[in-house]
Amino acid sequence: MALRDRRLADVLCSGTFKPLLPAVAALALLAAVPAPSQAATLTVGTSAEPSALDPHYHNLGPNTRARKHVFESLVSMDAKMRLQPELAESWRAVDETTWEFKLRKGVKFHDGSDFTAQDFVYTVCRIPNVANSPSSFTVYTKGIAAIETPDPHTILVKTGKPYPLLPMELSTFGIISAKAAGGTAVTFDKAGCKADSWPTTQAFNDGSLMIGTGPFKHKSYTKGDRQVLERNPGYWGPQPAWDTVVFRPITSDGPRVAALLAGDVDLIESPPVQDIERLKSAPNVALAQAQSNRVIYLALGVQDTPPTITGTDGKNPLKDPRVRKALSLAVDRDAIVKRIMLGVAEPANQYLPAGFYGNNPEVTVATDANKAKQLLAEAGYPKGFQLTLGTPNDRYINDDKVAQAVAQMFTRIGVQTQVDATTANVFFSKRNKQEYSVFLAGWGADSGEMSSPLKALIATPIKEKGYGTTNYTSYSDPELDGMLDTALATVDDAKREKLLQAAVKRAMDADIIIPLHYEVTVWAMKKGLSYEPRADQYTLAQKVTPAK
Amino acid sequence: MLVFILRRLAQSAVVVVAMSVLVFAGIFAIGNPIDVLISPEADEIERAAAIARLGLDRPMHEQFMRFVDGALGGDLGTSFVHGVPALGLVLQRFPATLELALCAMLVAVVLGIPLGLWAGLKPDSMAGRVIMTGSILGFSLPTFWVGMMLIMAFAVTLGWLPAGGRGETASLFGVQWSVLTADGLAHLILPAVNLALFKLSLVIRLARAGTREVALQDYVKFARAKGLAPARIVGVHILKNIMIPVVTVLGLELGSVIAFSVVTESVFAWPGMGKLLIDSILQLDRPVVIAYLLVTVLLFVVINLIVDLVYSLLDPRIRLGGGRA
Repeated sequence: MALRDRRLADVLCSGTFKPLLPAVAALALLAAVPAPSQAATLTVGTSAEPSALDPHYHNLGPNTRARKHVFESLVSMDAKMRLQPELAESWRAVDETTWEFKLRKGVKFHDGSDFTAQDFVYTVCRIPNVANSPSSFTVYTKGIAAIETPDPHTILVKTGKPYPLLPMELSTFGIISAKAAGGTAVTFDKAGCKADSWPTTQAFNDGSLMIGTGPFKHKSYTKGDRQVLERNPGYWGPQPAWDTVVFRPITSDGPRVAALLAGDVDLIESPPVQDIERLKSAPNVALAQAQSNRVIYLALGVQDTPPTITGTDGKNPLKDPRVRKALSLAVDRDAIVKRIMLGVAEPANQYLPAGFYGNNPEVTVATDANKAKQLLAEAGYPKGFQLTLGTPNDRYINDDKVAQAVAQMFTRIGVQTQVDATTANVFFSKRNKQEYSVFLAGWGADSGEMSSPLKALIATPIKEKGYGTTNYTSYSDPELDGMLDTALATVDDAKREKLLQAAVKRAMDADIIIPLHYEVTVWAMKKGLSYEPRADQYTLAQKVTPAK
Repeated sequence: MLVFILRRLAQSAVVVVAMSVLVFAGIFAIGNPIDVLISPEADEIERAAAIARLGLDRPMHEQFMRFVDGALGGDLGTSFVHGVPALGLVLQRFPATLELALCAMLVAVVLGIPLGLWAGLKPDSMAGRVIMTGSILGFSLPTFWVGMMLIMAFAVTLGWLPAGGRGETASLFGVQWSVLTADGLAHLILPAVNLALFKLSLVIRLARAGTREVALQDYVKFARAKGLAPARIVGVHILKNIMIPVVTVLGLELGSVIAFSVVTESVFAWPGMGKLLIDSILQLDRPVVIAYLLVTVLLFVVINLIVDLVYSLLDPRIRLGGGRA
């Protein structure tokens, strides 16, 4: 970016800059080619900004993205969301309720102090003690019953019951320095750790506690404008290709693409679907795309009194499995992907794509409008009924357009469907009050395994187990809950996968949550850069490389 | 004069109270912030805990009283999303918006008044017609479209200027300003021009209408008959007399430019208050929305006060009496 300053100096200081322009433009082109000998800077245009730099403040995508550059976790996930070692070199289940983690030796924090087991203990202790946290990481630490540290590089985590998801859950939060936060004496207590005071979110935002073990050090942060990171020369892993990384939030789609085309930024997140063809044909832009862990689905409510169905004398037709099957058969997923998502999505036949843990290759979905009409007639609705489909219009890619298409497909089999599309904050409030008989939404499985959508979307809401947190359909299948119970208590990975596959089969047969498509995440960058697209949708500067 | 100012402040206080009630009830009606904020993976226990942390478990009137309580002590609450004081969050973004608005107004005044004068003095000339046609375009083209076109032309195709963001800043009085660095200035040009376009057209039209009216007045004819230099006639006798409507409108417009430059700030990724407001409304971040609107009301009050004071400077016949406000 130093070059741009020179370009500007030309423009601003010389009264006769016009004849210089071709030369300046040529210089600008040269600047686009990364030169390895110079100080390398990567500028990223992001689609959303973290709400704080505090790694434990808000369990939210952009915050985790920012966190992963500075703070690391015991276990991490690769681009396909498979677990891999990070600060822990290895881990194993000692018995049903004990996990042992062997820590990497010689890892240093950005302030030069050593990383030890105490930093993990302190982090787990601090997570429930973040003031004003709108969404806490306690969901991922509540399984921990006790922590033992026999030596500074070994951690034994005890869980109250068999807890196969523990390593995955430990991959979700970053570890802060106990020494920097003054917590070297804090010990773990399930009922609540004791400390004189806990670090404030402000202390992270102003940079004073931004001391992690990650590949980048925090340099500066201006909310709404930019976050600047610089390379950590003492990093234990492979050195990133960039001396400086700048993250700039450009939340509007058009301007983000323009910033890439203008050369202001080197890489952008999620260019809008309708611009992708154009970017493909641009000479100096490269694209990377990957199937994400997010499925877009329709949820069919089985409330006794349907909130948005009329023409059935107050009965809820969706209680009849034949009607639900008919609606599933009415949806032409290929058409949605091709015409509305312009190919930037994959038709979905269950809640996670093939290759993810728990995907059942035997589960399929079909499209058959005639069969659907026949099923409706058998169920006693030969003339169909009237339905209102709820959808957000600014949350998922083309969400309201997809809902419009679904409404037409439903109407074709006789279920006259209207779409109620509202902005996300209104939609989610209404949906959570079960004000829609059918709604469109999305689910991203943070854990990358099938238990996540099953547990949240379709299991019976049971507070103590954390089941059914996003089940707004009033559906309850005790047998499915039982299958989940067993799966979530099975530490053996191969056995658990079989159990989850059986559970997803049962859930799909119920036709309560009807999958439409998997979102595809796209990154656009300057030609000459390469990025391995990630299923978890994070943009990680340490994984962006100048092509060889 | 003092009475006048005091009366103004009292009126403003009523506005502030009425508005905070309206905004509070309005946002309350839209939905529950926790539905937007919380991670979908969170369970019921965590959800209840977060609701309690943010104080959303209390009934609305109780939440409002807590807000009033804090507000009287100068604390407008803590942002639900960012976890920092809402007022600080708004004020932190204020300089960026202020400098953008002032630059836009500067462009509008520096270009608009001479162009309007010209068009008013020579309404039938080619230049006069071109100016007036141009001002119609400035009025009617949507800001976001013009913004995108400016980016496409000057950033993407020509590569002269950056496409967005604030660029480098330098510190003055402990606040970061873009105008002080070459890089920052370059980042400022496109958004300022985009924001200025509408105001520019407005100023041109006002100045032209005023000029045409004033130019026919007796005192201008008399000045001309006396043999005063044309420059003095235009510069003193005409210019001063067309300024009252221009100052009124500019005052009002400055307020609206500062408060509602949302579109320009979004298109150019300018880290100002407008973008903060939109994001906060979408995330139902009630404290920030209220803090923002309170700041805006205060801003309008102060600007209007200044406008009234400027009147009396421009036209000594105007008195700021306590009898009427």
